[in-house]
Amino acid sequence: MEKKKIKMPYGITGDKISEVEREVPMNEPEGWPVNAELKHVGKRVKRLDAQAKVTGAAQYTSDIQLPGLLVGKMLLAAHPSAEIRAIDTSKAESLRGVYGIHMMQNEEGEEYPKVRYAGQPIVAVAATSEAIAEEAVAMIKVDYNTMPFVVDVEKAMDPEAPIVYEAPVEQTASEGGEEIESGLQLKGNVRGPNVGKPRGELEPGFASADVVLENTYRTQVQTHNALESHGMIVDWKPDGVTIYASTQGTQGVRNEFADLFELPRSKVRVVVEFMGGGFGAKHGLGTHGVAAGHLAKKTGRPVKMMATRKEEQISQGNRPNSIQYLKVGVKKNGELTAIEQKSHGTAGVGLGAGVGGVAQTMYTCPNFRTEQYDVFTHAGPGAAWRAPGAVQGIFGLEQILDELAEKIGMDPLALRDKVDPSKVRKVGRKVGAERFAWSRRKPAGSGTGVVKKGIGVAQSSWWRIHSTNATAEVKIFKDGAIEVRSGVQDIGTGTKTILAQVVAEELGITPEEIMVRIGDTLFPDAPGSGGSQVTASITPAARNAAYQVKRKLFDMVADQLEIDASELKAENGQVISTKDASKKMTFREALASMPVSQVSATESRTKEYAGEYLHWDLGSVQFVELNVDTETGMIKIDKVTAAHSCGRPINITQLESQINGGIIQGISYALYEDRILDRNTGHMVNHTLDTYKVPYAMDIPEIDIALMEDYNAKSSTDAYGIGEPSNIATAAAIANAVYNAIGVRIREIPITPAKVLAALGKA
Amino acid sequence: MKKISWYNATTLQEAQQEVDATASSLLSGAGKGSAILKSGGIDVLDLMKEGLIAPQKVVNIRNIPGLDKIEYNSKSGLRMGANVTLSSIEKNNDVKTNYKALQLAVAKAATPQLRNMSTIGGNLGQRTRCWYFRSIDHECLRKGGNTCFAKNGENEYHAVINNGTCASVYASSVATALMAYDAIIEIAGENGQKREVPIEEFFVTPYQDVRKENVLKGGEIITALMLPSVNDKIKSHYIKQGARQSYDWALADVAVVAEVSGKKCKDAKVVLGAASPVPMRSKEAESILMRDGINESSAKLAAEAAMEKATPLEKNGYKVAIFKAILQRAIMKTV
Repeated sequence: MEKKKIKMPYGITGDKISEVEREVPMNEPEGWPVNAELKHVGKRVKRLDAQAKVTGAAQYTSDIQLPGLLVGKMLLAAHPSAEIRAIDTSKAESLRGVYGIHMMQNEEGEEYPKVRYAGQPIVAVAATSEAIAEEAVAMIKVDYNTMPFVVDVEKAMDPEAPIVYEAPVEQTASEGGEEIESGLQLKGNVRGPNVGKPRGELEPGFASADVVLENTYRTQVQTHNALESHGMIVDWKPDGVTIYASTQGTQGVRNEFADLFELPRSKVRVVVEFMGGGFGAKHGLGTHGVAAGHLAKKTGRPVKMMATRKEEQISQGNRPNSIQYLKVGVKKNGELTAIEQKSHGTAGVGLGAGVGGVAQTMYTCPNFRTEQYDVFTHAGPGAAWRAPGAVQGIFGLEQILDELAEKIGMDPLALRDKVDPSKVRKVGRKVGAERFAWSRRKPAGSGTGVVKKGIGVAQSSWWRIHSTNATAEVKIFKDGAIEVRSGVQDIGTGTKTILAQVVAEELGITPEEIMVRIGDTLFPDAPGSGGSQVTASITPAARNAAYQVKRKLFDMVADQLEIDASELKAENGQVISTKDASKKMTFREALASMPVSQVSATESRTKEYAGEYLHWDLGSVQFVELNVDTETGMIKIDKVTAAHSCGRPINITQLESQINGGIIQGISYALYEDRILDRNTGHMVNHTLDTYKVPYAMDIPEIDIALMEDYNAKSSTDAYGIGEPSNIATAAAIANAVYNAIGVRIREIPITPAKVLAALGKA
Repeated sequence: MKKISWYNATTLQEAQQEVDATASSLLSGAGKGSAILKSGGIDVLDLMKEGLIAPQKVVNIRNIPGLDKIEYNSKSGLRMGANVTLSSIEKNNDVKTNYKALQLAVAKAATPQLRNMSTIGGNLGQRTRCWYFRSIDHECLRKGGNTCFAKNGENEYHAVINNGTCASVYASSVATALMAYDAIIEIAGENGQKREVPIEEFFVTPYQDVRKENVLKGGEIITALMLPSVNDKIKSHYIKQGARQSYDWALADVAVVAEVSGKKCKDAKVVLGAASPVPMRSKEAESILMRDGINESSAKLAAEAAMEKATPLEKNGYKVAIFKAILQRAIMKTV
């Protein structure tokens, strides 16, 4: 393949930025300079759909009404473990307004689903109104043969515990989810171990250490609580199916639906223009999508199935808990000698309860072993949840590092300087420490008075994930319209706007002039919003398509300007010669002069440009300042300073907004959230937003964000995601700050007043 | 939610004719009626949404004239109509000046939006937030079942005192302050007669009748709350501790109303909310304050004394520590 050489920025703001040469395919655009020299990329461009969202004009899936629409409701299992002897739906069927009933199925395909958790969807009913569907559900009689159950992860590990699955279980991860190792053995409820990639030998490693620490860290089950619940409308027409879905992956929903109902993929269209959040749990059809599909097929009418808040909490996904044992050896000079990790976690009836790869990959350490086990319990299935595994893993790793630093008398940042090979985190530590005034940190528990102040730090790592199955089309029209089209969905972070920025930059026009049409599988395929991969995948595709369409336009107008197309450039709304500034026309004039009514180019994400790069991962460093009331146990977070990298930032406002969200969810995870299953009945007791605690306005601290431009010259935009990185380090930083405040370490979240008071010996 | 019919009452008599049930009677299956009252509708709607009650008729008393006034007189005290919203109490200057603990309690209740809707009468009549009580999957004692699920279950938010039968805590934190002021509750009876009930007699403990939280009978309507007048020696304070800073139910809340002159404390009322199934005075704490006056050491002694009878469950022992801390602070805020 013919290639060309382009120059690209390389380095990190706050450190130094140089230039690197990359050999790229001929159809790739020239390298962009750093953001400071660009017009729209890297700027605070207002969301294109801000007004629609703020005024309520934006139609979310749950807002959509169709002629003849039926509304579906689920009957939920009343017991955590049972065989169903019979289900009598006769009364419900004869209720006026009921059009269809669908029996949910487990993978085993029995007549009635086996009940493995309380609240499991059992039967779906479609009726002309929500009230009738609810009434019908209440009329269904289920004859349960109840069986012993276990909801507590540690009890479930007991060989004598009631068994969730009799036979070994294989499941596939959702897009962006924690990888699920196949073929692992199942003993009782315990599946594993997943051993990752071990290296070196532990024993000599620990033997060579000056200090060896071992501790166990615990994280809780956290539910997603997206504002918009899971759900879909399936409109099954003879010539094809249209699905309006609250989804973070249009392509995934289409493919799963088509496969399930044995339809060609081209006959299934999935639409999601606006999306009320997913956080990892909204990949694929889900229980409600499957039920809506069956009911739509049966009734011949469009069916809407939206999960209730209670269903959201119980059956629509969660972040598995973790019990992580860590043993780490360190030399007095800070060198790590060995890391041993053993974890157990439960994703209920699902898999994917590992603690990720952070202990394995983040720090320089020659000897490493991990054993990660999934434990089945009679509880709702886990799902990908913003940095699956890493959030749990960092909670343990970053605390034990803090503990080791103290033991060897090193500042926590100095220890990380020693063991962390990431260049971007190094800059993050420096920049963050200055902005946060880290040097004021006092010894742990040294404060006097009832309310004690503490500060702490934690770091995180996340992969640079991208998908080459990411395609965008840019169309220019003779009448002046400019469009970007892609099947990619906007999970809510502003994907529409960044596509407009990238294309505007390439075409020398403004983002507001561009119509972005996304969230529809009629447009070219793009990946789901998982793994923080969307920006990294779709912005290079869009830029490349814009570049190609620009070249086609130049070819068409060069003759009129009596110059060669190769000397044209597009900037400031003009098509202009690089050699003779008098040879120009406006971009609109150029469009109007096209001999055809429209021209388009469709390009996909190409693979990462080859060559050296600074570091393999996306790094963050988060600093936390907080107060602990030692009499009431209440924690108040005062400030979070967050240094983050995401390659080339595209939209600063949106990035900050996403980082704010990640930190707030991290605070929520550290202090408030906890799914509580009743030990005696197996039911979730805190399924309302009243009892499932999340922070509200007064619980949110000042958040100061240091966004680093981190150029690695890997694609035409060199941009990466921030969704997951922003959520990983917060809880560990809070735990470290709590220790710094009170001098007692709390190794389990949420750090509630009960835990603080217990740690202080007051309760 | 099932279909309901809606009746807009314009007089108390009309409302009483239409009503034949209470949320409590629907919840426990006692009695036959199916028409209930609503004022602000906050708790009624919540119970309906959760599928706990399914009244056929809801009788709106919000529009009955004359029940929405706050009147203050330095001799007779404060009178708040039952339909007065929490936000109007919160903003009322006479309340701010004379009944600080009440103002603080109201300002900490729920959210601004809910305070705009909820009425003081309805606030007192609301049912417990115990998550077993609020769950259709748990038929607890209060709903006519045989078990208190909390006692051996997930009880981090439950009662630490008087939790032998039912471990729920009473939901209204405003009541904590009202009890400290010896509020009187005016109730219109079915026969058209009004009766006045001191707030301490308004609540029904689980030991008395586990299916009820107050003395209201079907057809009875709270019409007003009255607080005695205060003099300038009466100081008060209220502290609520939730699980977060923003809107939350109380893990613990306390109200203190004390008549203080110099180092002496002539009279003291100390009330604990979210400690037991109904709000309760701590006479032990009160007598220490009246004996020793108000100072750091008496406040500490009083706080300890208030929790002496605590019998915490497996997961709520921390609440005892919080009660001690905030009670001590509230007492010291009165001087």
